[in-house]
Amino acid sequence: MSADSSGNIPFMQRLLDSPFVLLALGVLVPTVIYTVWGVVEALSIPMAP
Amino acid sequence: MANFRTCPDTGFKIDLQADKLIKWNAVTAVVFLLVGGLFGLLVALTRWPAVHLLDADLFYLALTAHGLDVLLVWIIFFEMALLYFTSAILLNSRLAMPKVGWLGYVLMLVGALITNVAVLQGNSTVMFTSYVPLQAEPHFYLGIILFAVGALLGCAVFFGTLYIAKKERTYEGSIPLVTFGAMTAAIIAVFTIATGAVILIPTMLWSMDIGLIDRVDGLVYRIVWWGMGHSSQQINVAAQIACWYAIAAILFGAKPLSEKVSRTAFLMYILFLQLASAHHLLVDPGLSSEYKIFNTSYALYLAVLGSMIHGLTVPGAIEAAQRKKGFNNGLFEWLAKAPWGNPVFSGMALSVVLFGFLGGITGVIMGTEQLNIIMHNTMYVPGHFHGTVVVGTTLAFMAISYWIVPTLWQKEMVMPGLAKWQPYLFGLGMGAAAIFMMGAGTLGVPRRHWDIAFADSAIGHVFPEAANLMMGLAGVSAVVGSLGALIFILNMVGTILWGKAKVPAPASAEPTPAETPSAATSYGGAGTMAVPGTFVLAMVFLTTFVLYYFVNWKYLAGVWGLS
Ligand code: HEM
Ligand SMILES: [Cu+2]
Repeated sequence: MSADSSGNIPFMQRLLDSPFVLLALGVLVPTVIYTVWGVVEALSIPMAP
Repeated sequence: MANFRTCPDTGFKIDLQADKLIKWNAVTAVVFLLVGGLFGLLVALTRWPAVHLLDADLFYLALTAHGLDVLLVWIIFFEMALLYFTSAILLNSRLAMPKVGWLGYVLMLVGALITNVAVLQGNSTVMFTSYVPLQAEPHFYLGIILFAVGALLGCAVFFGTLYIAKKERTYEGSIPLVTFGAMTAAIIAVFTIATGAVILIPTMLWSMDIGLIDRVDGLVYRIVWWGMGHSSQQINVAAQIACWYAIAAILFGAKPLSEKVSRTAFLMYILFLQLASAHHLLVDPGLSSEYKIFNTSYALYLAVLGSMIHGLTVPGAIEAAQRKKGFNNGLFEWLAKAPWGNPVFSGMALSVVLFGFLGGITGVIMGTEQLNIIMHNTMYVPGHFHGTVVVGTTLAFMAISYWIVPTLWQKEMVMPGLAKWQPYLFGLGMGAAAIFMMGAGTLGVPRRHWDIAFADSAIGHVFPEAANLMMGLAGVSAVVGSLGALIFILNMVGTILWGKAKVPAPASAEPTPAETPSAATSYGGAGTMAVPGTFVLAMVFLTTFVLYYFVNWKYLAGVWGLS
């Protein structure tokens, strides 16, 4: 399952066998779509005078 | 160098450090379940109108402690035990960095104690959500932060062990599905904890009042806090499903119907489940509908699909394994002949069914922007999550404990007779409590509320008589459920302290299921989709889901009279 012999291993299988890639995706996706998007919307509300 | 022992029951090669860490984390978890469960009982006895046990101050204090001790401390300590078990033991590997594991354990314990002290001192009655501008004492936040850092170290040990096991080739091919599920939980945990740090550290500085941070924005707090608060529930879901697969494998030698499908379902969790955090913000002004709907519907439904796949493939895997053994009559012989008197099985089966029907369906409904408004902040909400985290996750953890504790400690259970009944008592008791809470919520009864009679308030409100009945029935059911929890705790602690040592079973007296390859120990599907019974059950589930979904739209339509 190492990267050098991965020539004919399907992409999905390689993805599912790579814990650290999955870890990066699992942190990145919600950080961008949930946290950053939400905080940007919240902070762009103008302050009451 | 790591030392190992061989488990006489399963043949697993067990790293002694992992063994100890699993035991300490699991025992600590159970102790906090006792503490948190007692607070829960006090809360339930207060919300039972005819009893109304605690006064207002103590009620909110107990509610804060209940939420923290069960939702954070019990669940996450137990999850640490699961992470070590599914990595080191299921992969036949040594545990990476055992010292870091111990440091994590100590940080979690010290953190949990500090926060409990803070709550009991009485100046941190902010509920476990600690929404600003409510302010707790600084050590309330400090304890949670220490606890979270400890848990993060546990995740590091888990990933480190995955890395070592692969490098040292302790397993072949892909990691087993159960370990994959635990890895999903660990990935979600990393996001959860990092997000928690981002919000709790500034909030602690703000509470210290030393001029570093003088204001925390309420909406930003809620967004980021729920990134932690909700995602931590998704750690639970992933861990609980890993337990389902593990139990199916242990008891039946079951293999998933399709490895690809099950793993892809976990991938949906990794990518999308955490986005559902936005369902806590559905009535918050200031956020756009695009944000709310994208996060709680479009993307989330992929993750819901993941859950339904697991709900289908766990019973499906069991059906396939049972049919292979010859339980082939009719649609349901495989199910009828399952070991319903074994708490490992009954706990898991109830967890699958109750989680799906009580927790799952209601979750999707509350996560729909339009429908959310009719139950937001009512008793429906605790009704829903006692359907997920109590009769789903907690029950699944109880079920696997009935296997892990006698196996790792090599002790006979002290109360095997009561253990047979315990999952039913706890599952059905708390399941009923959840249903009655939902009933009360539908009638408008608020959550987190000391006195729905509004006895001494300026503006009163009278709920329909049925609301009091529902709250009373919820109270009675909660007492039954608490009794179930207590029996579990006594049984586990009693077994560990006073259980008779197991006599090793004579060789070949009983085939040990772990010897046959299964989802717990290796890669490989069952190679069949012929599970008609499971498909019938799935159709029952989907029909209920659809009907109840539309009932709620009808109910929404009745909220505002248009004529
Ligand atoms: C021992 C059995 C249990 C009983 C009798 C019980 C009962 C209750 C009751 C009556 C409430 C109050 C609802 C309200 O007034 O708003 C509550 C809240 C809650 N329960 Fe439980 N519960 C139990 C176990 C658990 C477990 C095992 C968990 C989690 C793993 C849990 C998690 C929660 C949470 C997170 C809250 C919300 C606290 C808040 O609103 O701040 N409960 N529980
Ligand atoms: Cu949530």
